[in-house]
Amino acid sequence: MSSGLLEYAWLIPVVPFIAFLIIVFCGHRLRNASAYVAIGGMAGAFLLAFPCFLVMARGAQPISHNFHWITLGNARIDLGYQVDSLTAVMLMVVTFIGSLIFIYSSGYMEGDPGYHRFFAYLSLFACAMLLLVLANNFVMLYAGWEGVGLCSYLLIGFWFEKPSAMRAAKKAFLVTRTGDCGLALGIFLLYSKTGSVSFEPIFSAAREHPHEIVFTIAALLIFFGAVGKSAQFPLHVWLPDAMEGPTPVSALIHAATMVAAGVYLVARSYALFEAGGEHSIALQVVAWIGVITAFMAATIAVAQNDIKRVLAYSTISQLGFMMLGLGVGGYTAGVFHLMTHAFFKALLFLGSGSVIHGFHHEQDMMKMGGLKKVMPYTFATYFIGYLALAGVPPFAGFWSKDEILHHAMMHNFPIFLLGAAAAFLTAFYMTRQMCLVFAGQQRDTHIHAHESPAVMTVPLMVLALFSALIGLVGATGHSFHHFVHFGEEAPAPFSVPVALVSLFVAGAGIGLGWSLYGKKPLARPEDDPLLRLGKLYTFLENKWYFDEVYDKIVIQPLLWITRTLSRFDQKVIDGAVNLVGILTIIFSRLHQLFDLYIVDGMVNLVGIVTRKIGVTGRYLQTGLVQGYLLVVYLGVVVLVVWQLYAAK
Amino acid sequence: MNGFWEQFTFYALAVLVLGSALMVVTLRNIVHCAFFLIMAFLGVAGLFVLLYAEFIAGVQVLIYVGAITVLILFAIMLTQKVLGVRLKQNNTLSPLGVVAGVSFFALVGAITFGSAGNLFGVHGEPTIAPRITTIAESLLGNGSYVLPFEIASLLLLVAMVGAIVIAREKDQ
Amino acid sequence: MITVNHYVLLSAALFAIGIYGVVARRNAVGVLMCVELMLNAVNINMIAFARYVTPARVTGQVFAVFIITVAAAEVAIGLALVINLYRNMNKINVDEVNLMKW
Repeated sequence: MSSGLLEYAWLIPVVPFIAFLIIVFCGHRLRNASAYVAIGGMAGAFLLAFPCFLVMARGAQPISHNFHWITLGNARIDLGYQVDSLTAVMLMVVTFIGSLIFIYSSGYMEGDPGYHRFFAYLSLFACAMLLLVLANNFVMLYAGWEGVGLCSYLLIGFWFEKPSAMRAAKKAFLVTRTGDCGLALGIFLLYSKTGSVSFEPIFSAAREHPHEIVFTIAALLIFFGAVGKSAQFPLHVWLPDAMEGPTPVSALIHAATMVAAGVYLVARSYALFEAGGEHSIALQVVAWIGVITAFMAATIAVAQNDIKRVLAYSTISQLGFMMLGLGVGGYTAGVFHLMTHAFFKALLFLGSGSVIHGFHHEQDMMKMGGLKKVMPYTFATYFIGYLALAGVPPFAGFWSKDEILHHAMMHNFPIFLLGAAAAFLTAFYMTRQMCLVFAGQQRDTHIHAHESPAVMTVPLMVLALFSALIGLVGATGHSFHHFVHFGEEAPAPFSVPVALVSLFVAGAGIGLGWSLYGKKPLARPEDDPLLRLGKLYTFLENKWYFDEVYDKIVIQPLLWITRTLSRFDQKVIDGAVNLVGILTIIFSRLHQLFDLYIVDGMVNLVGIVTRKIGVTGRYLQTGLVQGYLLVVYLGVVVLVVWQLYAAK
Repeated sequence: MNGFWEQFTFYALAVLVLGSALMVVTLRNIVHCAFFLIMAFLGVAGLFVLLYAEFIAGVQVLIYVGAITVLILFAIMLTQKVLGVRLKQNNTLSPLGVVAGVSFFALVGAITFGSAGNLFGVHGEPTIAPRITTIAESLLGNGSYVLPFEIASLLLLVAMVGAIVIAREKDQ
Repeated sequence: MITVNHYVLLSAALFAIGIYGVVARRNAVGVLMCVELMLNAVNINMIAFARYVTPARVTGQVFAVFIITVAAAEVAIGLALVINLYRNMNKINVDEVNLMKW
């Protein structure tokens, strides 16, 4: 297979975009067929991306193509696309999982009034995401970045008639936008420093001047953008609320792809983060933020009863793991975890969607239970996803998580401990979820659950297959290392102690969960053993009170400031404007008076004088002919006298 | 004609003319005025004879006394209804009219006497008595007033037509 | 001896009377009569000048002929106007015909 295929990589985002256009303009006529258009677009993108992936896997040289975009003064800005191994991995993840989720959605969204709108958004999202991944410069990356943000907003608020969905969409948009500001500033900074927006010149500059503080600052700013997008502490608050969107959206955008864009961004800009060495400030920040996120989100996930919220916090936690992996130098591990996580978390979300679909859109786990019998396919696939997430070998999650923990231990022991704790909690809350949903007896008997149609279960099976097997890619012979990395870092050896530790951690979590929930499944919601934790449970259930704290320290002051400014506006600025207006009115009144009495007066005076003269002079017109004659005669006399005497 | 008779005739005619003229402008009865106008015209004709202009004198009698006065009398008769003896015949301007007339006479007198009787460079008695053929030659001879003569005839024609048109009773 | 000055003064007096009449008479026919008086005064002057100034060519007499012609025309038109005036407005006093007044 020749690398000439790579030349056509730019077509990959175009295909879903064409699908988007078709659905937007003909959607109301296509109706349910719009799903096929969207699936076709996505599958087309996959078919284009798959050869690229294969070519890259065989060790082809990365390509990068520029084209001239714009010249501003002396600044020439080039845009372009590139395909390297990282891009190839992302392309595969996005297009493959995306295709499966699209297929799944066509069943899940059956009968929704906004059916074609949904697929239009999904196609646009796919386009933006692929653009983001293919970009070889920060400008296009930023465009894709904002595009996926927009689609995320639109899809979270897909059921905008629900106030909660509307609020969630707004929240997601505003919080991620906070991070986007950081990314934009970072791009500006890099541009002002290097005069380019393309990755290659910037990264080579960073490698040449590793101790430039500017690159560290830029790296931190970019990381701030990633924090917003990937829902890292402290900007993670939007992701749980984003579950208001349809479940396939949660799977595609808020588990597999868009949130991973932050991780991708850090991975892509790794040269900047590495600039200060292995223990650079930027990497330290990334690692700590990652591990804090991982741990915090895991603790919150423990105390959630909404099936999707558990997964949402799990996603945050896993994203934290990825950041942690990147931060401790485990570049490959981070990206590897991104990939595996995309598969099994998409699987879990779609599985939860299947549960919700079959459970008549009820998401409270406390009402579920015993669904194993009703939904065998969903249960089986969900179970695989569960094992993968919990970190049970040989499923995907084990390998990647193990690798991350291994790097963490080598770099920073406290981080390793927190990460291990998070892994333990992950295993625990996933076990809790499995038991609550599938084991025992259904607690709310009013709902008649049923299995989902094949169009939904088949993608689940495919994803389950990959979730089970994809970890082996990294496990056997570290081929993934060669594939994704730039080759600077020595491949971390598979360390048995670390593997044992992680195995033990996972086992402990699963064991604890099983002993609490599995052995004797809950009969009533009030029996939840976690309730015995008391205040700690309340603390966790309320998500560490993040929303409340933000409300107090950000939103309220912001509102106060805006209200103050509004008052200032009304009183001072409007006052000034009004004052000008009043002065103008007064002045114009004066002017009017001047006009009325002076100017008009002059004009009228002329008229009046003329009139007076006329009124007076008309009496000369006596109508008496003889009078006129007399006057003529007198004139003649005067003339004659003047001729005779005066003129001589 | 000797000096006395000439002077006597002149002053008599002058008195006749001026007296009649005064009657014309002062009498209330317009018919009386017309008759005094005839007297004035006749006096003027006498003056013309005194000035050796017998032809003009004849024309004067024929046209003025004969034609114009008759015309005036016809006009008076046609407008008889509003003519009345008791009607006031002078308007409010009559004092001014007096002033105008006196001032004119004074002006001409001043001019005449201001030039010490030599206003026209004429002294003494003219000797040539013009004959009627002289007038005819002057009117119709070579290099004379043929063209004005013809124009005057045209003017008379136009005036006649115009008078008829203006005075014609509209029959509708 | 009667000189040209006598005639000039006589005609001036006659003319002055005519002026007075033209200005003062109310009756339109009377006004016309006064105009005739003034024309006669002029004629007296003409004839006197013909006699004393240009006795050979009698230019004055020629002019007198023209004046008489014009006077005849004038009187014809004037009386026609008066009759028309009387017919339309039933009045012949000049000071009463003042439609052109203010």
